[in-house]
Amino acid sequence: MSLDDNVKRSADAGVAGGHHGDVMALPEIESFRDPETKAAKAHYDDADIYRDEKGFNEHTLRPMFFTTKSYFIFTLALGLVMAQGLGFFVYQTFVGLGMAGIHEPVYWGAYIATFVFWVGMSHSGTIVSSILRLTQANWRRPILRAAEAMTAFSLMVAGLFPLIHVGRLWRAYYMVPLPSQRMLWPNFKSPLMWDFCAINIYLTGSMTFLYIGLLPDLAVARDKAIAMGNWRRHYLKVLALGWRGSHREWSVYNKCSLFLAVIILLIAPSVHTIVSWDFAMTMTPGWHTTIFGPYFVVGAIYSGIAAVITLMITLRILFNLDDVIRKFHIDALGKLLLVIAIIWTYFYFCEFITNWYSHKPEEWEVMAWQGHRFPYHLMVMLGGSCLTIFCLSWRRFRSCMPCMFALTLLVNCGMYIERYLIVVPILSRRDNPFMWTDYTPTITEVGIIVASFAYFIFLYAIFIKLFPIVTMADVKEGVIVSGDVRLGRHAVRVQVKE
Amino acid sequence: MRTLKESIKVKSFNYKKHNDYSWSMIIDLDRCNGCGACVIGCQAENNVATVGEEEVGKKRNMHWLRIERYIEGEYPHVKVRFLPMMCQHCAQAPCESVCPVYATYHNPEGLNVQVYNRCIGTRFCGNNCPYSVRYFNWFDSSFPEPVNNQLNPDVSVRERGVMEKCSLCMQRIRRGKDTAKDEGREVQDGDIQPACAQTCPTGAITFGNINDHESKVYKMAHSGRAISLFEEKGTHPAVKYLKGGTNDVIG
Repeated sequence: MSLDDNVKRSADAGVAGGHHGDVMALPEIESFRDPETKAAKAHYDDADIYRDEKGFNEHTLRPMFFTTKSYFIFTLALGLVMAQGLGFFVYQTFVGLGMAGIHEPVYWGAYIATFVFWVGMSHSGTIVSSILRLTQANWRRPILRAAEAMTAFSLMVAGLFPLIHVGRLWRAYYMVPLPSQRMLWPNFKSPLMWDFCAINIYLTGSMTFLYIGLLPDLAVARDKAIAMGNWRRHYLKVLALGWRGSHREWSVYNKCSLFLAVIILLIAPSVHTIVSWDFAMTMTPGWHTTIFGPYFVVGAIYSGIAAVITLMITLRILFNLDDVIRKFHIDALGKLLLVIAIIWTYFYFCEFITNWYSHKPEEWEVMAWQGHRFPYHLMVMLGGSCLTIFCLSWRRFRSCMPCMFALTLLVNCGMYIERYLIVVPILSRRDNPFMWTDYTPTITEVGIIVASFAYFIFLYAIFIKLFPIVTMADVKEGVIVSGDVRLGRHAVRVQVKE
Repeated sequence: MRTLKESIKVKSFNYKKHNDYSWSMIIDLDRCNGCGACVIGCQAENNVATVGEEEVGKKRNMHWLRIERYIEGEYPHVKVRFLPMMCQHCAQAPCESVCPVYATYHNPEGLNVQVYNRCIGTRFCGNNCPYSVRYFNWFDSSFPEPVNNQLNPDVSVRERGVMEKCSLCMQRIRRGKDTAKDEGREVQDGDIQPACAQTCPTGAITFGNINDHESKVYKMAHSGRAISLFEEKGTHPAVKYLKGGTNDVIG
């Protein structure tokens, strides 16, 4: 039997499962058809999606297969923003890095701050999803895919910035450890080299994680695409790797995703620690601190979770997914954000208080110079800690979508400025007072950075149209493993097993 | 006829002999009057790009050697102090370890060497240099018609996007060593003079081999007036400064 036939049949069945002999379809979800569980269903806002699996598939694949006109207009607009950034970048490459505002002691400017920001953003997705997988948090299920995709895309954007920032782009391949006629080997003592390796490993790891998680959903999408005769079937057939949903496939899949979750959980903090070491390993006062490793990691997770919430709310509104991404999920993510906000505030305070107390002249000079930028700090403090912690403490705030949307945007603004404050003012107040200067970004830098945001959104928009954005398999699994327990007259929905 | 083993031995012996040099520069701060002749001498010798008024205003001047001016005291009892600042050729150089492509390394004669062809311009070295003496080529340098005739053929003109810095006039060191080798002797005081030392009207800058205990630089470095800049950083610079006298003349 050819693969196509097999696939077509399973498409008819409406599930990713096959159906002969040893191959078994996904078990029927009895609990949702059982009228007795009505009381349990009331626990959720609206359980329409659980009426039947086919309906659920249709519903969650809708953003993928049906595209509105406004989507094309939106992506075109993003394309224009990207084009202006590309123009600036090409011009800068051919004329010289002098187009950026960086100069003598401030050798790293907004480009590197943005690089750190994007690497930070990438820490949300994979790390959050692997923590939630390992801790078996049941509410994680619908958000996994969107979060993991965010990791991959923000890393892809982050990876561009070192290239934008180097002086000789056409020689950037010297960083690659290739045994070649050049007879040159990169310097593995350099934190930049560690960074290069770490980012590549993390990109590979998180892409694999994203792809493995996609497999069962790809199969569902493939079946639908073949049934519809949609052009997406061509790549979906290849990418789904002939997934049929057999017992063996599921068992291997579960083992693999658990294994990858553990690996990613080990890689992710080390990546941002290494990014922080780009700064902390130098002997520049203000950068050379032991706190930078954990501080950066927490900051990364912080801005990442905030970005996940922003994205979730956007997806929920744009693609009409209110029944999949519920208020309950945003509320749970809000609690997680609150915890991270408190930890981050602690680090922020620690960094300041030790410098202030010891009052070492060169380090205090940096602090005092940062003090001249009080509005920035106010923004970081408001967005990063005070306002966030205050607001997130209220359940009513956490389940209010527009409030959460605004707050998470504010958090990321604060975190961007925080990265800027780490890179720039410290360089403008170096050891040698003769060289003290200030730095302001030029239009070239602003243009490229704005384009990087557009690029991120663009990648995401494309992803939504090519791959299923909701983790369907995981949601279904959650439905299967949860059941009802009767306590007297009440039926309570619990998670039976995982 | 020499055997292969012998010739290797001879070669390595010569190589070791050459390593006996450890170059050092002593700058007498009490003699410096801040005239800036060394800056011009350096610029002419090393094909340092002139970037123009506007770029200098943005702190993008490329002077490998610069005169730092510090003012002591309150008006009217003001004293001006000058400090010629160039690459300190640190023995424990912070810039070397952070370069991802080995564009800067320590040569066996105690010099911190920049390899322009390897540099990809990450500017990490510039960020880790406490003296801020590494310069970046923000644009392609231009040497319009009459100026190109004075370019030094011994020194390469740098492309945009690479770091550069004081080399202690590497080309002159090479020539001095070659001449000494041809004459079958070691390099002595006065054989090699970097452009700045040659130009300095007050003779504040001295260059020599600090491994040679008879040399001027050795004696000056052990005179008790010698200091290193940012000694607490532990970089062990090869460039040392003499201070302790007065230069009240420039009051």
